[in-house]
Amino acid sequence: MVYIAAHNIISPLGWTSEENFQQVVSDKSGIKLCSNRNISDSDFQASLIDEGVLKQKLAEHSGLENYTKLEQLSILSIKSIIKSVDVKSKRTGFIFSTTKGNIDQLHKHTNPSDVLLASCAQKIADYFGFTSKAQVVSNACISGLAAFIVAKRYIDAGLYENVVILGADVLSKFIVSGFQSFQSLSAEPCKPFDTNRNGLTLGEGVASLVLSRATNETSSQTIELVNGAIRNDANHISGPSRTGEGLFRAIQATLKDFKSIDAICAHGTATPFNDDMESQAIYRSGLATVPVFGLKGYFGHTLGAAGIIESIISILAMQKNIVIGTKGLLEQGVVSDINVVKENETKEITEFLKLMSGFGGCNAAIYFKKHG
Amino acid sequence: MDNIQVIKEVTIEQGKVKINGLDFFHDESLEIGPFLKCLYKKLDLKYSKYYKMDYLCKLGFLASEVLLNGENDILTDSDDVAIVLANTSSSLHTDVKYQSSISEIPSPSVFVYTLPNIVIGEISIRNKFYGEHMFFVQSTYNKTELLDYTATLFASGSCKQAIVGWLEVDMEGAYCANLMLCQKNN
Repeated sequence: MVYIAAHNIISPLGWTSEENFQQVVSDKSGIKLCSNRNISDSDFQASLIDEGVLKQKLAEHSGLENYTKLEQLSILSIKSIIKSVDVKSKRTGFIFSTTKGNIDQLHKHTNPSDVLLASCAQKIADYFGFTSKAQVVSNACISGLAAFIVAKRYIDAGLYENVVILGADVLSKFIVSGFQSFQSLSAEPCKPFDTNRNGLTLGEGVASLVLSRATNETSSQTIELVNGAIRNDANHISGPSRTGEGLFRAIQATLKDFKSIDAICAHGTATPFNDDMESQAIYRSGLATVPVFGLKGYFGHTLGAAGIIESIISILAMQKNIVIGTKGLLEQGVVSDINVVKENETKEITEFLKLMSGFGGCNAAIYFKKHG
Repeated sequence: MDNIQVIKEVTIEQGKVKINGLDFFHDESLEIGPFLKCLYKKLDLKYSKYYKMDYLCKLGFLASEVLLNGENDILTDSDDVAIVLANTSSSLHTDVKYQSSISEIPSPSVFVYTLPNIVIGEISIRNKFYGEHMFFVQSTYNKTELLDYTATLFASGSCKQAIVGWLEVDMEGAYCANLMLCQKNN
């Protein structure tokens, strides 16, 4: 059995998983109108990590001056979760999930090695002294869930006892202008699954987590990563399948014949196509009555970190038996009639599904189970 | 990785295409653009989506066409074919192109190719492969490591065949590809 041993989230909502969770269940969002001209020529909605707060945190840790912002945040996140893990053991793996890594450095340097994702992963790994080979997964917006799935497969295959997974992306003009060029950014904070949703909101965040092989009896509230799968739409590189083909198949492969899911954390980007597609895939999977929530209204879309940030919040929701309200949702308006939750609800949650989809037609599902 | 059998291998580098180590195609133009154009012609393909792809996708698409040509046992419209790819430069060649366009008019059709996994999408669309897939970014090509990962897919019943290998286009456009068609070794 593979279980979640430790975790951390750094976002505008807080510097620990618990702080982030408390802000989320208190209906707080990191999204606001931003006027950062280094990132966008016009004002834009986003959930950005405050530079002043980062400076304060860095002042408590020496020796991080020569790292990029993404690397600094990553190191601070991992520092807080590895106390019980022997990172120098060959039996401890390290997987880095990102879409664009240090792409914000591209305009400053001509040396391409500064933006290579494997170099960035190695710098972070070397800070802690990992001796296993750092692995990077870069699969658009499903990267975070891809990291969970790869880690579980490595542990199941006997390669590692523990795997540290890290998800990180920071916003830059490169990323923001790209989504602007697609006209996929909402002028207001995003409204997942809402009838008036009109685009996504970007966010910054870093999250890390330790997945471990269980060696003895599990303690109360242990969260197991039971299964996960990735499937492709085989339809279009920048738009999802209208029938949710890849996501439907990812859910089928993850759950097999099992259907007793208590809650689902959807991708819920609040683009018209994504949320319709997800409603189709959930409906086709026979999960139409299962409570569904989305977290983009709190964090924005944190890209390579999203799968890990949203899974950690989901894990805490399972342990506290809370189905989280979907911030930004006023009136559900998706093509298939599913059960998206608006306000926090108390519910016993044992079996849980997390979904993500992304460019390239990729879709991922992972299935968590609570023990004890 | 005892459960894996490599049934075919395609290598593309320095203007040469080899199938299972034997010469298949050779073109004098070493630069990536003209070379890919000649290979596309040689394969006598008519696929309109090809023209909008970036170099990484064109390279991966053509390598997969050579790999799958004649492999009629591989089912299209299938959940059972996995794609496991890796490289060093991610999408850096297109990243640089996109970066230079930001100050003028950023192009969504360039931006979408600033992700390395798009090539998996292109191969999936062409062949109607819905299956398991993964893009790793690594400092060097480690064939054994990719095959080991693929072995976990076979072991868990996640696929019956797999396209596995390396697709690299660096910032300057230097390229190489090594794709293997694998099946479960019973």
